[in-house]
Amino acid sequence: MAERSFAKEVEKLRLGAGQEFAGEGILAITKALLQCGVGYVGGYQGAPISHLMDVLADAQDILGELGVHFEASASEATATAMLAASVHYPIRGAATFKSTVGTNVASDALANLASGGVTGGALIIVGEDYGEGSSIMQERSHAFAMKSQVWLLDPRPNLPSIVKAVEDGFELSEASNTPVMLQVRIRCCHVHGHFVAKDNKRPPMSVADALEAPRRDTGRIVLPPASFLHEKEKVAKRWPAAVDFIKSRKINEIFGSDHGSVGIVMQGGMYNSVIRALQRLGLADTYGDTDVSLYVLNAVYPLVDDEFLAFCEGKQAVLVVEEGQPNYIEQAFAAMLHKAGRGTRLVGKEHLPMAGEYTGQVMLDGIGSFLRANGPHLLPGEVRAPNKSGEGVDTADLVNVVPGRPPGFCIGCPERPIFAATKLVEQELGKHHIASDIGCHLFSIMPPFELGATTMGYGLGPASASAFNSPDAKRRSISFVGDGGFWHNGLTSSIGNAVFNKNDGVIVIVDNFYSAATGGQDILSSRASNRTKSTKHPITEAVKGMGVKWLRHIDRTYDVGKMQATLREALTTEEKGPKVIVASSECMLNRQRREKPLVDKAIKGGERIVKPKFGVDEDICTGDHACMRLSGCPSLSVKSLDDPLRDDPVASIDQNCVGCGNCGEVADAAVLCPSFYRADVVHNPGRWDRFLESARRAVIGRLQRRRESRRLVFADA
Amino acid sequence: MLDHNAALHPRTGAHDEERVIKLAVLAVGGQGGGVLADWITDVAERSGYIAQSTSVAGVAQRTGATIYYIEMARDTGRLPVFALSPSQGDVDILIAAELMEAGRAIIRGFVTPERTTLIASSHRIAAVSEKIEPGDGRASSETVHATAQAAARRFIAFDMEKIAAENGTMISASLLGALAGSDALPFARESYEQAIGAGGRGVKASLAAFAAAYDRARGIGAAPAGEQAAKHAVTEAKSTAKVRGPEILLKGWQELAARVGALPEPMRDMAERGLKKVVDYQDITYGGEYLDRLDKAVALDGPEHAYALSIAAAKHLANAMCYDDMIRVADLKTRSTRDRRVRKEVGVKDGTVLQVTEYFHPRIEEFCGTLPAGLGSYIEDRPKLTAFLDRRINRGRHIRTDSFTGFAMLWVIGGLRRWRRRLLRHRIEVDHLERWYDLALAHAREDYALGTEILNCRRLIKGYSDTHARAQSKFDRVLSALDMLKGRDDAADWIRRLREAALKDEKGDMLDGALKTVATLGG
Repeated sequence: MAERSFAKEVEKLRLGAGQEFAGEGILAITKALLQCGVGYVGGYQGAPISHLMDVLADAQDILGELGVHFEASASEATATAMLAASVHYPIRGAATFKSTVGTNVASDALANLASGGVTGGALIIVGEDYGEGSSIMQERSHAFAMKSQVWLLDPRPNLPSIVKAVEDGFELSEASNTPVMLQVRIRCCHVHGHFVAKDNKRPPMSVADALEAPRRDTGRIVLPPASFLHEKEKVAKRWPAAVDFIKSRKINEIFGSDHGSVGIVMQGGMYNSVIRALQRLGLADTYGDTDVSLYVLNAVYPLVDDEFLAFCEGKQAVLVVEEGQPNYIEQAFAAMLHKAGRGTRLVGKEHLPMAGEYTGQVMLDGIGSFLRANGPHLLPGEVRAPNKSGEGVDTADLVNVVPGRPPGFCIGCPERPIFAATKLVEQELGKHHIASDIGCHLFSIMPPFELGATTMGYGLGPASASAFNSPDAKRRSISFVGDGGFWHNGLTSSIGNAVFNKNDGVIVIVDNFYSAATGGQDILSSRASNRTKSTKHPITEAVKGMGVKWLRHIDRTYDVGKMQATLREALTTEEKGPKVIVASSECMLNRQRREKPLVDKAIKGGERIVKPKFGVDEDICTGDHACMRLSGCPSLSVKSLDDPLRDDPVASIDQNCVGCGNCGEVADAAVLCPSFYRADVVHNPGRWDRFLESARRAVIGRLQRRRESRRLVFADA
Repeated sequence: MLDHNAALHPRTGAHDEERVIKLAVLAVGGQGGGVLADWITDVAERSGYIAQSTSVAGVAQRTGATIYYIEMARDTGRLPVFALSPSQGDVDILIAAELMEAGRAIIRGFVTPERTTLIASSHRIAAVSEKIEPGDGRASSETVHATAQAAARRFIAFDMEKIAAENGTMISASLLGALAGSDALPFARESYEQAIGAGGRGVKASLAAFAAAYDRARGIGAAPAGEQAAKHAVTEAKSTAKVRGPEILLKGWQELAARVGALPEPMRDMAERGLKKVVDYQDITYGGEYLDRLDKAVALDGPEHAYALSIAAAKHLANAMCYDDMIRVADLKTRSTRDRRVRKEVGVKDGTVLQVTEYFHPRIEEFCGTLPAGLGSYIEDRPKLTAFLDRRINRGRHIRTDSFTGFAMLWVIGGLRRWRRRLLRHRIEVDHLERWYDLALAHAREDYALGTEILNCRRLIKGYSDTHARAQSKFDRVLSALDMLKGRDDAADWIRRLREAALKDEKGDMLDGALKTVATLGG
């Protein structure tokens, strides 16, 4: 069950010709796929295209009606390899994943797919996770398109444009027998907008039809001598075909006046930001009408030489707006101008930063600087020589005050106690080399845990600790991998590798029943029943199957003491070979989403339900915050007491507490303080509950009154 | 950098109806910022506007700082070109769902005096870095308030989280109410309410929170002062709270209270609070001992110092005398007031039953501390015996204080109060207290400020078990600087700095650094 349900939204996928679609970019792309008669879709979740996978998963009934096959692929490599179905058969297929991390994983399959080429349109939709809010290394997908020679579309970020790009992409792929990548940036995926729908199309040939009439053509298989021919075919046939298509179909767009002395060339995805900068410079209106010549590359690879040279005709200077580095596009254009012997001056990274996101301010500064240097006559006077209007507010003090707020573990997260236990074990046995992995558990790197030295890739945590395996070492490495990473790649690359190479380290598999960081999608070891997928395959069985001998399974991670003891044993046992601990508890975000409505319903229905919540006795808490250094739970925070005798704020648990138990367990395991209590509220108590309660309260009340009648009682105490 | 104000010169026909309104929401992941963005988009579309919203979802949701961004323009039949993220100096309305996020918005340049309406909830969600300091690591809300007043064209701030909680809903509803009430958008109140209604879930609660925040935003200015006054009144009421109990004890209390009444006025409040704390902790006699000790500080004091030494003594003597032992914990956990507080905090309603589990982890130290001094030290002097007993005692115990046995056990331990003075822990604590107090007063005779600072160092001692041991070590390390600082005029300043450094991190790394600096000061 994914974090967000699109069950309601997917009904929009049924819209027919002429009806208006309103919604998120991701949903628009899904609708476009169906309008294009796609035959199969696969992918791997990850921001910003997680929702695309979730939409598809929730849309399986509609996909089924149309005869479209959908797979939640095991990895991006799987998803891309799946496009092999378009090699021999005229079936349109699409794969989607987060880039560049997913493209890295997919690149083996991508290269093979690109070499042999395709018959049916093959579209790879990559969610470009670049700039603010990104959680990955900052690289460009552009390089993958170049090295494998697949075409890259980067449409203007509005719904009609991205829907059109999906249509263009399939046709371009078929016209040039080449897979096409469609790049959508993170905010474009989540942009809310409108477009006019078309009818959905059944695929002319389904995968079932293909299975009934198998085809093969050795000329399309990546084996010598065919592979040598593929390379030649790419440059002699497919490339020119792609250029012809892009040109004849006017995939790239030209806006503004066509006779100005300066022009701006941009990736399609940058169009809105360029217009905003021009609006702010007084050179464009609300609708993007402008006197500056604009050349918008909705296809950024391959580039079209004569189209570009024609755009430069009569221009003194052209600015290339290309986000990220290296500046492939700018270099290519510079070479075109040079070879054509043109005098147009081409600039780009002189005015815009080489690295980093092109934010509104960056764009305003860069385009402003370009125009002041090359077309000052275009600019209004105030922009050419601005009168500074007073000093801005001094924020120097504020910078020191406002705390950073990186993402962290959620309320009640079952991974928190694992890292609290690790911290406690390190207090006993000293610091260890800890290798981290991709997933929510990576938040262990942040305060308050501050554990983990590297992260090398999804499922590669234990693999990245493999060098730390020495007979001379007195200390073992610890590595983490999540259940998502485990099934994605970890089983072979990390666990198999450790067994085979007799690695002596400790491996902790963090099992929260979902691919949690990407939005809670089901995976093989998920414990829920899934209508269309096979779940409930225990990680422990897979690990045993790989040959791991020392294996411990903790089925309730909140037991900090047990977690700590197991880690201690793994770090100190005489036994050789990898020590694997599978630490399992359900992702709290998903659990709450699943259980909360059920619990509320049961309470309303009169069932006996026990609801836990934690609390702190504020007069017992001394305000040392040791508990928070082992927790970091958002619902465990600090509050000031209205008591001048107390200098420091005390611990306090807010209403959002889900009663996971971590506070009490940590207080126990770390011998912190007795101020935590768990309050279980029994809803709809039975007769026995009520009888016991009244008897207990009578006795306890008596004892309390007895003592309180013999001492001074202060009204506010 | 180009001037921000250059923004407002559209190319052609710059009619007001073509203006793009830019609105950003800065929130903490999990606050429901997405719901708010959807509502605002809906309101705009209902009101004849074209709107575009974007966000960066992904991991930023997980309690991290996150931004939602909306642009809207009157629907003229043509599609405007909207940007997908806010730009510095180009935001009309900024909504911060938490106070520090308002600060972050200002730092990022999204709030400008010429145009931005800043709507912020004044409540705080402490960041992890603020919570983990052993002292008070919280950021200064005043700085944000002061800067926001100067940075925004209009600044509307009140506790919208509280309004949401009072109405049983999420903050997104009260934020929307404040936005509507601010009139920063040209939309009617009804369209906001329709948007909430269209959401379909928890509509009634959301509408109530919306209405409360709407009114509050309209009447902004008067309300916060009222809040302040109310808070003040509570504090006043508390210090003159009533006492009840057996006649004989009340008589003893009157005598002690009269002694407090005779103390200089500036320190009376603190002394009365301290006295109440120690009497509540032990008994009337203990209260007398407290005042005897306090008198020693008063004797050295005078109005020329505003009684800083005596006030510090009143505060820290009380805390030192009320050390946290098993008896204290058991006593507090078995009181009827505690029972009532838990019920209120948890929200126990009629027809439900409350079960309370306490988490204890006693060690041999706590056990011996609760034995008569002779027996306790006999055991502690024998490591083998200590280890043997520790193996039996040292483990986590979950005790149900709503059950007969669990409650009775703690009730009995709480009753050991009577014999507390004879127990080992008391002897240790009294020794420590007297050494510290004598040291402070001895210094105060020559250097009044230094004496006061030594008293204030008692703030360092807190926590249980290992944390307590670490606190004790920090306390000793801070006071170890006294020798190095002998004869310096700024000795008090240095002790204060050392104490502040000690409260910054767990192990006292900052303190060690500061101590090295002190060592290099020279004579």
